Amino acid sequence: MPEEWSVRGIVAATFPLLVALTVVELWGGLVLDGSRAVLTRYPTLLTLVPGIIAVAGNLGSVLASRLSTAFHLGTLAFEPTDDALAGNAAATFALAVTLFPAVGAAAWLARYALGDVALAFATVVLIAAVSGLLLAVVAVAIATTATYAAFQLQLDPDDVVVPVVTTTCDVLGVVVFLGVVGAAV
Amino acid sequence: MTIRAVAEDAYREAFGILVLSAAASVFSGVVLGGMERELAVVPGLLTLVPALLATRGSVYGSLGARLATGLHQGLVEPELGVPDERVQSAVAAAMLNGVVVSAVAAVVGFGIRRALDLPVAPLAALLVVALVAGVLSGAGLTLVVIVTVFVGFRRGLNPDALAGPVVTTTGDVVGIATMLAGARLAIAAGVV
Repeated sequence: MPEEWSVRGIVAATFPLLVALTVVELWGGLVLDGSRAVLTRYPTLLTLVPGIIAVAGNLGSVLASRLSTAFHLGTLAFEPTDDALAGNAAATFALAVTLFPAVGAAAWLARYALGDVALAFATVVLIAAVSGLLLAVVAVAIATTATYAAFQLQLDPDDVVVPVVTTTCDVLGVVVFLGVVGAAV
Repeated sequence: MTIRAVAEDAYREAFGILVLSAAASVFSGVVLGGMERELAVVPGLLTLVPALLATRGSVYGSLGARLATGLHQGLVEPELGVPDERVQSAVAAAMLNGVVVSAVAAVVGFGIRRALDLPVAPLAALLVVALVAGVLSGAGLTLVVIVTVFVGFRRGLNPDALAGPVVTTTGDVVGIATMLAGARLAIAAGVV
């Protein structure tokens, strides 16, 4: 509704979804807060949190937005051999493999510059890399399922899929990251 | 297109903005990593972090997208001095959404932690954090979004391609920094 520019119109159109997404994000926050002890004992891990959430959410939203466009253009088939689907999934994995270890390295370097050497460089990069690989699987599964569901329910994937996938990937980003932290530290 | 061509295309398109966003998030992570004291003194503060950051992204990302659409349609003039009525409405709606949804996050977050018998700061403290962060980050991000989208449009750039990246790169930093300001204010005011 780009023509609707009244305060009331904009708020009415967006507020309910914002509240729903906030409640879902609070679940991620509760999980995060449950690990506050380990995160404050190793502030490098706390430093990693926004980066992990941002990359996980962005991977999901970029993939969802590209699948939605392919769907609108009629070039998307929900089969593992479909070019658009398989190609975008492969790109998601490639992006995860490049970006997550880099985020880990950057977070470690930033904390190292502040004199924090509580965790080894390799440990932090490995935690970020393993979280990233698992999150790429999650992002592909969620984005594909949500686009397919929008298609089945005859909803416009642009309206629904991107916010839902971004939020789900944010929350699962926290869950997966803390799972890997629990196994590694 | 072959699978490989699609993959290369998708990778190239997304890489730059993802790197920018990741770099900015690591920067906000450094601020979060230094908040041990606030997180200990205001139990429940960490619960609000993902919700408040996500709210910034959705509300001001959507403001940017709306302004970009308005510029394309000729509904909005890229005038920084006296913004027209549509821009004022879009900004007022975004600020209202951003501040009220932040307050909702504080109330619901407090309620859930209470219900689960988890340690939590007084509701007033979480509300101070949410409202201070909501108002300050709203003002900051509104300014950043309007200036980037309008100036970019006047220089012939596509505002649609600017709005998203600007919010993803500045949103987390502004979000965490203003939460820290809110937490310090709550502690200084003695509401914790």
